[in-house]
Amino acid sequence: MTTTIYIPCDSTARALGAEAVAASFASEIARRQLDVTLVRNGSRGLFWLEPLIEVATPAGRVAYGPVAAKDVASLLQADVLNGGAHPLCLGKVEEIPYLKRQQRISLKRVGVTDPLSVADYLAHGGTRGLRRALTLTPLEIVKEVTDSGLRGRGGAAFPTGIKWNTVLHAADEKKYIVCNADEGDSGTFSDRMQMEGDPFGLIEGMAIAGLAVGARQGYIYVRSEYPHAIAMLNVAVERATAEGWLGGNLLGSGKAFYLQVRKAAGAYVCGEETALLESLEGRRGIVRAKPPLPAITGLFGKPTVINNVITLGSVPDILANGAAAYQAFGCGRSRGTLPFQLAGNIKYGGLVEVPFGLTLRELLYDFGGGSLSGRPLRAVQVGGPLGAYVPESQFDTVLDYEAFAAVGAVLGHGGIVAFDDTVDMMKQARYAMAFCAIESCGKCTPCRIGSTRGVEVIDRLAAGNPGQTALLRELCDTMQNGSLCAMGSMTPYPVLSALNHFPEDFSRRPR
Amino acid sequence: MENPNHIIAVEQILAAKQSLPGALLPILHDVQDTLGFIPSEAVPLIARALNLSRAEVHGVITYYHYFRQSPPGRHVLRVCQAEACQAVGSDALAKHAQAALACDFHATSEDGAVTLEPVYCLGHCAVGPNIQIDETTLHARVTPEKFDQVLAELRSKP
Ligand SMILES: Cc1cc2nc3c(=O)[nH]c(=O)nc-3n(C[C@H](O)[C@H](O)[C@H](O)COP(=O)(O)O)c2cc1C
Ligand code: SF4
Ligand code: FES
Repeated sequence: MTTTIYIPCDSTARALGAEAVAASFASEIARRQLDVTLVRNGSRGLFWLEPLIEVATPAGRVAYGPVAAKDVASLLQADVLNGGAHPLCLGKVEEIPYLKRQQRISLKRVGVTDPLSVADYLAHGGTRGLRRALTLTPLEIVKEVTDSGLRGRGGAAFPTGIKWNTVLHAADEKKYIVCNADEGDSGTFSDRMQMEGDPFGLIEGMAIAGLAVGARQGYIYVRSEYPHAIAMLNVAVERATAEGWLGGNLLGSGKAFYLQVRKAAGAYVCGEETALLESLEGRRGIVRAKPPLPAITGLFGKPTVINNVITLGSVPDILANGAAAYQAFGCGRSRGTLPFQLAGNIKYGGLVEVPFGLTLRELLYDFGGGSLSGRPLRAVQVGGPLGAYVPESQFDTVLDYEAFAAVGAVLGHGGIVAFDDTVDMMKQARYAMAFCAIESCGKCTPCRIGSTRGVEVIDRLAAGNPGQTALLRELCDTMQNGSLCAMGSMTPYPVLSALNHFPEDFSRRPR
Repeated sequence: MENPNHIIAVEQILAAKQSLPGALLPILHDVQDTLGFIPSEAVPLIARALNLSRAEVHGVITYYHYFRQSPPGRHVLRVCQAEACQAVGSDALAKHAQAALACDFHATSEDGAVTLEPVYCLGHCAVGPNIQIDETTLHARVTPEKFDQVLAELRSKP
């Protein structure tokens, strides 16, 4: 009987040596003439265990990890093909508590399937959402998404159904769906995992969006730092087109939706939706003034839905299983699940998709296991480079959009970056300003000049001039209130949170 | 100085891509993928094909961190400098890299083997500090010792 072994092709797993493991398995299998199929799946997102391989046994998939190429011979010796015992054996993968306690919806197929296998996709619920959407009117599809309570996962948490409704009612022959796959926030990788591990899920979500608003063309704008995701998407688009999930005749319905993948070029601010549209049109990624909203005047001047990868990747499930099922998860006005990403100085870093409602502390300790260094966690930046640093005293904040806003923080795209007590918060504040100076699009003065002044003020503080804190606050106030987009207006979040929660780091005497 | 091979390569790319909507970035990517950088003689050709001014094309090339106007070393090595990697020692790694290569960021080592670039997140933030070599190779949890090994390998390759 043929046994299937899964070895991730996810790029974090590759960074940890998955290619060498796969090569070693291939040669050992050939040498021993074993009846084995190697499948390259996505990652389960338990990165401290990667490369994590799985063997399909009659009792379920058994995991081993972290596996190095040199372990392969001993694994085969230990009869892993039947789930045999070995020091690296982790038991049944789905029973690993880190995974078992999650509620995977948008990333449910990631790590489970071969990301480019049409048969796997269909066997795991793929295209059910699209098939149902084809039986509904555009208004009904939009209503389903609205009723699900889904809010944008790119950072701003705007209700997706409302955005789609605006585009649906914009009277224009040409409309576009744009997927924001610029994922520039440090500490985030859920978009990458979706694109590398289940690209068909994203494609299906975009096709449904097209049907919902009457758009026939979509673009996925992917950051240049993700070459593997781009390669996977390109193959997936080709295969989806061959299957009729894209193209001129979606599943025989006569409706059309075409998709192209576009590579970005390393500008963080091009994750801002209007800068992204400028970039797609072939210009410098300079932010546009709003209004007009992209939903009215978007790509090439046409009504455009622009959504994050995870937003669009959540849509097939909402259509397949109904708004109520999705809506049932979550708390307050934050419905459904968010794939959190545990990163930085954390023992068990990885992807944790759970309904809104856990506390930050539960995520950091029950999932993350505390710091990697073993030292106390001191500060946690939530929501990317424009997100606040959260101190220990706020770790009990509930993970929902409103609860975070109430403590002056943001959830953003769900990135959680942990720092232990060796962190220098003045240095982190300086970095936030410096990053803004590097990445500012330059359109407005508070951001373009303010960020550079911010670095200078913090340098003077560091030189022992405590009077500069008032100036720093004033500068942050100007940036917050005078900037055109969140790049300039939110850079004060990390800066002021560092200053407010860790003032001791700003008043050290220079040595 | 004009390189005729560059001109031919750019003309071919233009023929294939110039009618795409928003063609400029795809064209610039193809030029850089083919030639390793975007030579100055490409600018007027691209401008003419897309009905843009040279200043507009130049403005786009210089706006994006990813595009380069001069040839890189044999390898481009990017060291992540973003927060999640900072939390596990990327600052020290960057200093080590600069010392080992005897060059700053955005510069190339004396032997022409490696161009060193900062990058702000590679999406492997749970296993930092991270580096990327030429879009094809990734290394996680990079200690200074591991960096030296990787570098020795790179230098030994042609
Ligand atoms: C500086 C800046 C960078 C951003 N980067 C991203 C990004 O990388 N990915 C993303 O989805 N949204 C990003 N956003 C948010 C987008 O502007 C926009 O809100 C989002 O694409 C809308 O999609 P959603 O409603 O599905 O979240 C960024 C915003 C700003 C101001
Ligand atoms: S805030 Fe900064 S990035 Fe945003 S428009 Fe102004 S200059 Fe550009
Ligand atoms: S911060 Fe370094 S890979 Fe994300």
